[in-house]
Amino acid sequence: MEDKTCIIIGASHAAAQLAPSLRQQGWQGKIILIGEEPHLPYHRPPLSKTFLSGEQDVESMLIRPAAVYEKFDIEVRLGMRVESIDRANKTVTLVNGECLEYSKLAFCTGARPRQVDLPGVDLKGIYYLRNIADVERIKSRVIAGNRAVIVGGGYIGLETAAMLSSQGMKVTVVEMAPRVLARVTAPELSAFYRRLHREEGVSIKTMASVTGFQGREGHVKQVLCADGEELPADLVIIGIGVVPNVELAEAAGLVVDNGIVVDQFAQTSDPDIVAAGDVTHHPNLIYSHSLRLESVPNATEQAKSAAASLCGKTLVYNALPWFWSDQYKVKLQIAGLSQGHDQVVIRGDHKTSRSFAVFYLREGKLICADCINRPQEFMISKRLIAQGQSVDPQRLADEAIVPRDF
Amino acid sequence: MATITYIEHSGETHKIHVENGKTLMQGAVDNLIEGILGDCGGCCNCATCHVMVDDAWVSKTGSPSEQESELLDAVPEPTETSRLGCQIIVSDDLDGLIVRLPEEQF
Repeated sequence: MEDKTCIIIGASHAAAQLAPSLRQQGWQGKIILIGEEPHLPYHRPPLSKTFLSGEQDVESMLIRPAAVYEKFDIEVRLGMRVESIDRANKTVTLVNGECLEYSKLAFCTGARPRQVDLPGVDLKGIYYLRNIADVERIKSRVIAGNRAVIVGGGYIGLETAAMLSSQGMKVTVVEMAPRVLARVTAPELSAFYRRLHREEGVSIKTMASVTGFQGREGHVKQVLCADGEELPADLVIIGIGVVPNVELAEAAGLVVDNGIVVDQFAQTSDPDIVAAGDVTHHPNLIYSHSLRLESVPNATEQAKSAAASLCGKTLVYNALPWFWSDQYKVKLQIAGLSQGHDQVVIRGDHKTSRSFAVFYLREGKLICADCINRPQEFMISKRLIAQGQSVDPQRLADEAIVPRDF
Repeated sequence: MATITYIEHSGETHKIHVENGKTLMQGAVDNLIEGILGDCGGCCNCATCHVMVDDAWVSKTGSPSEQESELLDAVPEPTETSRLGCQIIVSDDLDGLIVRLPEEQF
């Protein structure tokens, strides 16, 4: 074995790909994977879905079983936090004082929930939702008939609302913007989700900001809104977005700008350090600008480029962003990014049905598709967006034309 | 436990022991078989674990669900025996199963 060590910080989706990919790319030195949580890297999307509902357990969420890390000779240090990085001496200091030398370093530190600073936020029964421990705490408070208030009408908020409602809780979602998912989707999709949740018995309060929480005996009982309304609550979940975990990188002097800045090879401003996943601010070659994504496929694909870079090879990260969200029995699949669109085309009935697609175009080209129970439209859109082809809006809208013939 | 043969588009062949209860997708991911991505983790959302089941095994692997069929209809080169690896659960009955992987997962 070569006398080289690659340290991967963060036991995340990106890390679960990066570590074995390093071996595939020919890394012969040591690989040490350091994670703060006590778990091997696991799939996060089920947290707000099948893990919250109890359909999945921790074991079934692991991205790869322990045997895979053993097989690829990856040393995994769980429940351990990195305290600082010394780039001059190429060392990593752990919270227990231990100092590890590295030849190469990878940041797979992900993101954490954006916190609110409101009166009463420390009451019991108020949670964020990002990891297994969060959901285990939440699960202990899920009681049919009790009231849950979700602060934030983004994907996490809506998925959690759907799951808690399915478990018999009375759920209210509070959103500051005039519509849910305002940051990421067209008004038609927001209206659909509002209708879907109403049909399923969840109430959504928009243009409402939370000013604080009140409790009894240390436990939350009410959510206070700016308009004076007091929403009764036994359980509160705050889902108002995430912030990238850049502090270690920043303290080490790496270039950071809404994420650790990397190039198309996942390389940071230090030639011995890469980064992958939610934590990176990276160039997107399809959309020709730099961005930060909160997405599993992004973490996985970028990690492959990062592994190649660490082995002195070049593998351009050039994947089309895509996302999904499951709520009730409704599957949303999103291909691409809608920012900058100049035209919206709807296929199917978004006002009364649960199956339609919203296409976003810019200068005649498809740049994004939100597909509600429309897997074919999603699959074909992925290809059309990646190819940068011009599309005929009338054909997109015409249900007589199958997606393959767009 | 079943021995599954994954044949990549290049012809490269992997004979893998997969535990009962795991999916064909997970078996491939655990062994870093490049022709299978499994982006969505197995919730039938992405079709990046497309496999073509060997004709002799089709009766044992069964037929796809509606959601799976719709995804399969839109993969680059669908075949009569196409399935998503995340929807096939390994059991002793599948010992010896052969699947071929497409040129690209999209």
